[in-house]
Amino acid sequence: MKLTKTLMASTALTVAAGAVAAQDMADSMTLVSWGGAYQASQDNAYAKPYAEMHPEVSIAWDESSNEAVAKLRAMNEAGNITWDLVDVVAADAMRLCDEGLAMEYDPDDLLAEAPDGTSAEDDFGDMIVSDCFIPQIVYSTTVGYRTDLVGDTAPTDICAIFDLEAYPGKRSLEKRPINNMEWALYCDGVAKDEIYDVLETPEGQDQALAKLDTIKDNVVWWSAGADTPQLLADGEVVMGSTYNGRLFSVIEEQDQPVGMLWDMQVFDLDGWIIPTGLPEDRLARVKDFVKFATDTQRLADQAKYISYGPARQSSAPLVGQHEELGIDMAPHMPTDPENAANTLLYNYEFWADYRDDIDAKFQAWLAQ
Amino acid sequence: MSDATGPDTFDGPTPDNALRQAKKTSGPMLAADGTPLKKSLSRALRRQKMRALMLIAPLLLFVLVTFIAPIADMLFRSVENQIVSETLPLTTEELGNWDGQGMPPEAAFEAAYYDIFLAAERKQHTRLGTRLNYELTGASSLFRKSGRGLDDIGEVYQDQFEDLDENWDEALPWLELMGDPDWLAEQQEWAADEDGRQPRFELRDGIEEILPTTAREFAAFARFQQVEDQKNLLEEEPWSAVHTALYTDLAAGDMSSYSGPRADMLQAADALVASPEFETVSFLDGFEEIDEDWMEPPIWQTIKLYSPNYTSGYFLNSVDMQLTPEGAEARPDNERIYMLLFKRTLFMSMVITFSCILLGYPVAYILSNLPMRSANLLMILVLLPFWTSLLVRTSAWKVMLQQQGVINDVLVWIGLVADDSRLTMINNQFGTIVAMTHILLPFMILPMYSVMSTIPPSYVRAAKSLGATNWTTFWRVYFPQSIPGIGAGSILVFILSIGYYITPEIVGGTTGTFISNRIAYHISSSLNWGLAAALGTILLAVVLILYWAYDRIVGIDNVKLG
Repeated sequence: MKLTKTLMASTALTVAAGAVAAQDMADSMTLVSWGGAYQASQDNAYAKPYAEMHPEVSIAWDESSNEAVAKLRAMNEAGNITWDLVDVVAADAMRLCDEGLAMEYDPDDLLAEAPDGTSAEDDFGDMIVSDCFIPQIVYSTTVGYRTDLVGDTAPTDICAIFDLEAYPGKRSLEKRPINNMEWALYCDGVAKDEIYDVLETPEGQDQALAKLDTIKDNVVWWSAGADTPQLLADGEVVMGSTYNGRLFSVIEEQDQPVGMLWDMQVFDLDGWIIPTGLPEDRLARVKDFVKFATDTQRLADQAKYISYGPARQSSAPLVGQHEELGIDMAPHMPTDPENAANTLLYNYEFWADYRDDIDAKFQAWLAQ
Repeated sequence: MSDATGPDTFDGPTPDNALRQAKKTSGPMLAADGTPLKKSLSRALRRQKMRALMLIAPLLLFVLVTFIAPIADMLFRSVENQIVSETLPLTTEELGNWDGQGMPPEAAFEAAYYDIFLAAERKQHTRLGTRLNYELTGASSLFRKSGRGLDDIGEVYQDQFEDLDENWDEALPWLELMGDPDWLAEQQEWAADEDGRQPRFELRDGIEEILPTTAREFAAFARFQQVEDQKNLLEEEPWSAVHTALYTDLAAGDMSSYSGPRADMLQAADALVASPEFETVSFLDGFEEIDEDWMEPPIWQTIKLYSPNYTSGYFLNSVDMQLTPEGAEARPDNERIYMLLFKRTLFMSMVITFSCILLGYPVAYILSNLPMRSANLLMILVLLPFWTSLLVRTSAWKVMLQQQGVINDVLVWIGLVADDSRLTMINNQFGTIVAMTHILLPFMILPMYSVMSTIPPSYVRAAKSLGATNWTTFWRVYFPQSIPGIGAGSILVFILSIGYYITPEIVGGTTGTFISNRIAYHISSSLNWGLAAALGTILLAVVLILYWAYDRIVGIDNVKLG
């Protein structure tokens, strides 16, 4: 009798607690991402399955990740945060965290464990580069080239960018110092593990700019990720840097005569941040979504739609085939051991410090 | 018809009587109701003005609130700099007494310890780091590291006090020692049900004389917990900065005569501090442990330099100079960019304005001289670009102008240009000028057209019938009358192009970008809004000066939009 009572009471309590929890969650969510194929992959892998499980939730996308940092700051100053979850690159996440615009979180509390019970913190490992950053994917900036314009010997290493004799013609590079300075020093003979020590000094910065100077007249500078694929497709450039997912789509989906280099690809991370100052019901909803969207299976699912590597170690073995093309996606992941023979990891700490300074020099050099 | 000077016909307040009255008394002229006419008139006028003002008030308010105020607020950021003195109040005060030579005194390190400790708890130290990083490379990570590392200093003391007496790590003993007894009673009453507002922490009378630093730090701790974190003070153990402060006070003063609450606890701690076994860390060593950069003058000089609430630093930056301890100084050659961009923006805007005049004038002329039907058709062609997305138009120019583009292909096909030496027409100044001329052309044609269509054709016919040649007729008769249209179009095009951003970004490459591209970068990417505001203010000032000059030379009355 007593036991039944206790059981009944506790059941009632749990039901009540469950009902309260569901009520406490907002029923709409605004997610911010980059638009295009990347956002579509997130929609397919995370948002649609989540909406199926929770039909009461309406999910809206906002394609503002490009200017997310500035917009979040403006929203914060106005005291009206309209976004619930924002997709940004790790460097921006760090900046937002420093500015107090992104919420710090506890990985083991917010994120799901791996299927084998590994804690989220260990499963994500070094990918959590900032206290506010919830990693999703690893992507890389690397170089694609026109197979029909490079002659008989296709380039195999990054320094082909600086080799105007073997590969004459224009090349496209991103209009910012990050990545370009590292590649310039590497190709100027600086050892890989000394690049940032050299780049710290004014002489090292001059050295990198001097190396870039040798090809300056042959560079088309891009600022949007779509530029290099377009320039390659038009034959405007012989080779150019862009994100590996863009090259995958040019090569595999659009079937252009383009090849790609994995040598000295620069790894970078992209992930979510939760803005600070969300009301409790919206925060509860976002936390619920994030737990789902960053679990092992969901991250692996995303790779079906785009060739970016999942940020969880436990997701890697689950990466399957492309949803439409049916090709194996694993060899197209930047993190695949074959591709990752010689890589560089974006140095977040370094660029957080030196971005303003080196960018000023870089832009002054460009404008001359 | 009676005259005011004529004989009286009516009694009472008529205008005539009023005038007569006024004459008689030779005082001020009075209105019919007896008040002075001047007053009554001005009152009527004032009422009218008020009514007019009320009518436009909604618009005025709207413009003020949504347009003027945000712009003023944004521009004001170009001098604002409170963040340094607000985050580091003790340090900036301490550095005010420092001459800026060599290293600052140890007191500055002590002040920085307390300031950064509190800032780290409030998560504001990294914001300050970002701010100072604009001026001194490395400040960003220095502050990030320091926020984490400062705990090491305090923990040395915290651990020792705790080993001596566990009470030093408990909330209540501390509150008894530092807090006002009445307040403590209120707080305990409140804590029973946590209902209503938490009573504001108050320091105990006299404690500030005995333990000055501890009192200051404990009050800061209490304020943070109560106000910002909304925590119950009875349950929060003090953080290590308070223990550090306690050590400083105990080392400086003697507690043997103290007889307030927790006297034995305090005296035991005093004895411990006095004993030779007590381990201490100097603030200098603590900071050196965190990062060697604290041992170099630059970071201290930068903090001192930017401690005032308002700074000229952003404006100096935007004219390629920098604030140094020795005053304003030009930047090194390889970092100068803004003056170049300002000049380039002005120069290219003028070129674009002139090409718009050259291309737009004949079009407007033809439009205004054609019969209505065909003029309307042509007008649609002029307006058509307005209905196409700006990005589409700009991208279309990319397709036209690029090396594998339409124009180059045609030139190669004709044989004018060799295949291996195709012209570079995009990603440079030329590309920007072409694309922007195209985009801004309608803004030139429309005012020109509306002015030209008001020029009577009979003037031209008259001139011709008087024997003028076609050229003379045009130059001496028609053209002068069309100048207001050119003036209006030029102002529109010039001012639009000076702030243009998206087209130069897409087709400008490196030599065809404008100052607005840098402003956009600082707004959205580097988050250096102060610098962006300073650049924007300068740009606004330049436009206003040019407008003023234009008014002096051409005369703004000569500008007609229709």
